[in-house]
Amino acid sequence: MSENESYEIPNMPTSSHRKPSPFLGIGNILRLPNDSTVKTIVVALLLCLVCSVLVSTAAVMLKPFQLKNKSLDKKRNILQVAGLYRAGRNIEQLFQQVEPKVVNLATGEYANEILPGEFDQRQAAKDPLRNVHIPSDRDIAHIKQRAKYATVYLVKEQEEIKYFILPVHGYGLWSTLYGFVVLHNDANTVYGLQFYEHAETPGLGGEVDNPAWRTKWSGKMIYDTKGTPRIEVVRGTVDSGKAESVYQVDGLAGATLTSRGVTHLLRYWLSQDGFGPYLQNVRNQATGTS
Amino acid sequence: MSQEAQKVVKDPLLDNNPIALQVLGVCSALAVTTSLATALIMCVALTTVTACSNASISLIRKHIPGSIRIIVQMTIIASLVIVVDQLLKAFAFETSKQLSVFVGLIITNCIVLGRAEAYAMKHGVGLSVLDGIGNGLGYSVILIFVGTFRELLGAGKLLGYTVFPLISEGGWFTPVGIMLLPPSAFFLIGLFIWGLRAWKTEQIEKAEYRIHQVHRTEVL
Repeated sequence: MSENESYEIPNMPTSSHRKPSPFLGIGNILRLPNDSTVKTIVVALLLCLVCSVLVSTAAVMLKPFQLKNKSLDKKRNILQVAGLYRAGRNIEQLFQQVEPKVVNLATGEYANEILPGEFDQRQAAKDPLRNVHIPSDRDIAHIKQRAKYATVYLVKEQEEIKYFILPVHGYGLWSTLYGFVVLHNDANTVYGLQFYEHAETPGLGGEVDNPAWRTKWSGKMIYDTKGTPRIEVVRGTVDSGKAESVYQVDGLAGATLTSRGVTHLLRYWLSQDGFGPYLQNVRNQATGTS
Repeated sequence: MSQEAQKVVKDPLLDNNPIALQVLGVCSALAVTTSLATALIMCVALTTVTACSNASISLIRKHIPGSIRIIVQMTIIASLVIVVDQLLKAFAFETSKQLSVFVGLIITNCIVLGRAEAYAMKHGVGLSVLDGIGNGLGYSVILIFVGTFRELLGAGKLLGYTVFPLISEGGWFTPVGIMLLPPSAFFLIGLFIWGLRAWKTEQIEKAEYRIHQVHRTEVL
């Protein structure tokens, strides 16, 4: 420490009769030698202040744009996964074709008292009053807790349900993957799968976004005849000669853990812990009415 | 532009390229170059951050205490990177999703800190900004080179437009799968360095047993 001998009176304004103190003013402090303790602390504090103002201003000012982008992106993903997206058309307008509904996951009934516009499933999953803790032996998707309710999106054609769009999420390699799985009206055959938010390695696990891979999901079955979810992302390519190939999708090269994560999150959300009761209700109704 | 200023901008392009000669910032060059569009956005983001961080550090360089100078530089760089990341999320949402973590990782890009420490701490604001832009462009040269080849050979496209129609879509081109994986960027950067050093022989390093005589202060 050399500051004791080096920052003495010469740096202070000679005309001033005030007692030399570090709080005299920013000008005096800046005139101190760079290595003095006082200046080091003041520079560090000022820098932190300026940087935090800069960062928080940017975050606050840009938040509305980011939220709008996120919500539009989610809607666009719902439209895309249901094959309703038309490039260049207004997303809000296209989204009119989709009917959001809130489902009570435990009973599998629609919870009509909750408005889909006001229900935020992700917020609810964090709220101890509105979430369910998942016991670790059943938590194959590694999400620890989930909301009691979930928003499903229905695509109807002449009052008949054509597709079910179900939100799913679970842990991959680095991040939680959020996406939608679309089922045909038999509540078993996959129409499509798409993730709208994840932070997997671009080029490896990030290939869950690859359109070529996503088309492989179309026509796959979720449940076997006993109603157990069998859907699976295998390692390598599916041997289409085998009977179980209807439940299997090619793995992503170089992304074993992301592929496994996708298998687990689908199996969890389509099991009795997830949308199982709801889909069972839907199937019962379909057989009851027709 | 004065000669000094021109030299500061032009030198990092080929003669003193941050990736090819100094071998800095290679990680992100592997990660974001699967398509040209993401590579271009990354170039703009990195050039902006390097120029702005050089400017701010040069502005306060006479008041940065030596004992905390790296932390001061890192704080400035980190703040700028967060701002750039937020801007991308607000105005270029799609690309920011593709770039994901790699925008945040500009903080750890050695080029930014390297220029701050080696140049902005010793030079005026104007020259430091030019130096930041120059090095950002030097990084961009490599990213554009690698990104062009990877997207063209790996997906038959450039900026999303089909150049070579793929066999899977009824064309004739079989995509080279490895081009979409990170190792291919190593090969391409290696080829680039080979080509560059064959052309500019002064960049060839001295034989290893004499390395103790070489003092290149620019390398961190």
